[in-house]
Amino acid sequence: MAMKFEKTGEGRYSLDVKGYVCPHPQLYTKSALSKMKEGELLQLLFDNASSGESIASMCDKNGDEIVEQVTKDGSFTWTIRKA
Amino acid sequence: MESKDRKNQLWAFAVMAFFVIVSVASYAANELYVYLMAYLWFGFVYGMCLQGGRFCFSSAFRDLFAVGVPRMVVGIVIATVLFGLTASVVAANGMSSFHAAPLGIHSVIAGAVFGVGMVFAGGCASSSLYKTGEGNGTSLIVLASISVTQAVLVDVGGWTNKLVPASWNASAVSKGLPASIDAGDGWVDQYLAGYVWNQPKATFADLLGMSNDSVAGAFVGNFLVGVVLPAAAMLVVVYVFWSRKGFLKKWKREGKSAGLKADLVGFWTMVASSKRTAVAGLIIGIAAGLHMYVIKGLRLKFGIENAGAILKATGNDFGLSARGTVFDPGYWYVTTQEAQWFGWLFNKLGWDNMDNIFFGLSNGVPNPIYNLAGWMSISLIGGAAVMALLHGEFKFKKPTLELATWAVIGGSLMGVGARLGLGCNVGAFFVRTANGDASGWLFGLGMVGGAWVGVKFFSWWTERKMAKEIGAAPELQI
Repeated sequence: MAMKFEKTGEGRYSLDVKGYVCPHPQLYTKSALSKMKEGELLQLLFDNASSGESIASMCDKNGDEIVEQVTKDGSFTWTIRKA
Repeated sequence: MESKDRKNQLWAFAVMAFFVIVSVASYAANELYVYLMAYLWFGFVYGMCLQGGRFCFSSAFRDLFAVGVPRMVVGIVIATVLFGLTASVVAANGMSSFHAAPLGIHSVIAGAVFGVGMVFAGGCASSSLYKTGEGNGTSLIVLASISVTQAVLVDVGGWTNKLVPASWNASAVSKGLPASIDAGDGWVDQYLAGYVWNQPKATFADLLGMSNDSVAGAFVGNFLVGVVLPAAAMLVVVYVFWSRKGFLKKWKREGKSAGLKADLVGFWTMVASSKRTAVAGLIIGIAAGLHMYVIKGLRLKFGIENAGAILKATGNDFGLSARGTVFDPGYWYVTTQEAQWFGWLFNKLGWDNMDNIFFGLSNGVPNPIYNLAGWMSISLIGGAAVMALLHGEFKFKKPTLELATWAVIGGSLMGVGARLGLGCNVGAFFVRTANGDASGWLFGLGMVGGAWVGVKFFSWWTERKMAKEIGAAPELQI
């Protein structure tokens, strides 16, 4: 499945990197967040568990807030507010 | 949801039961196979820790350069220091099975090739095993690619002989190896016998004029000077260049002033930032030291030097090397046993691959069922699968063509790097650095450089794909 980055509403974006392994999910997340404005929300969909740990650390370091984390059947859906 | 969790639990128990049955059946067949059980269950523990802690050597340097995240460097440092401490206790008691590797520029070059490969492949040799246990098809391709590349590379002669310096050839044939080994044919054979074996071996204890199994040599030479000081320096560099700025920004936002106290708090915050990685590092470090102790203890108990004696005694002696040995490192290792799996398969298909040094002189090509060290990698996958199943993180993932391509390229580069460096991120870096072997740090240095190159490439690739995606969607012209 190919990476999909789309605008889903005013100030809301979605990045789907399901199927990708390291380092792609973290690199695409970094790139997507860098293109968004402060306060905007990114819904991130991925299924590579180890990327999650790095993305969480990256958000913590940059001040971005993970407002919701849902895990279901080996897939992760996170909502990140850009700082 | 509940039924899915229940199903996952049942699968986890089934995986666990498989390894229990293998252990009991092998022990029932012959008491000597307790040796197999030792490798198997330490492998299982490594798998659980790697998956639970998302413990990946590739991630350590890759995520540092790619997204500025130091959590995995911290995890590796904790694991290495703990392993170094337990290894020193084992060595000081004369129970170490570790042997230093030849020291030279080849370790840096091998590490660099391996480093590029692990970024392309999406994980190092050990993390590709645990990710296979999570159901990741791409990681399985990486494993196959590492294994096939090594099995082929060690036996390739022909035109590659023309790339060998005459001095390597002369040195290799003068080594007086058994008649079944043709050391003058094959690039890797001549590289090993004509160049690598001529390099000095040195632990930090050796360099300081101490004996490796003395208390001073083990704790001061190999542990303090060889592990603690370089590891501490590595953490300070990572804090100063990747963590300090962000921490001080937060610190000042809270109205606090910068200074030594701020830096000490910042340093500790970096170390404690990922508890799951730190805890995994702690358990891996202790388990790796215990592993050496247990294997050495079993060798003393059975009066053997190598597992080849066990295979001979039990009548399963197909594929033993010219010395009657098989690969039996005595500690955690990854890539060599994987090369043996395909080496055995190629041999069975009619490829005479026992005239080279790697298979024919040292490691052999035993049947995978009787490959005792091989069970360590199989059970590592199993341990990771159990953890992933119990935490709802197991998922079969079919690789896309793009990821499969990176997996083959990355796995091949790791296979080449592993053979040039006589090991991977575990055997050539983690085990060696923790045991005070200077060559481990050289391999690590190359691995860091290779990871940097790999990250530069993937950052370009990612931005290129993002630009395409944004270009195709007007609403994304942010």
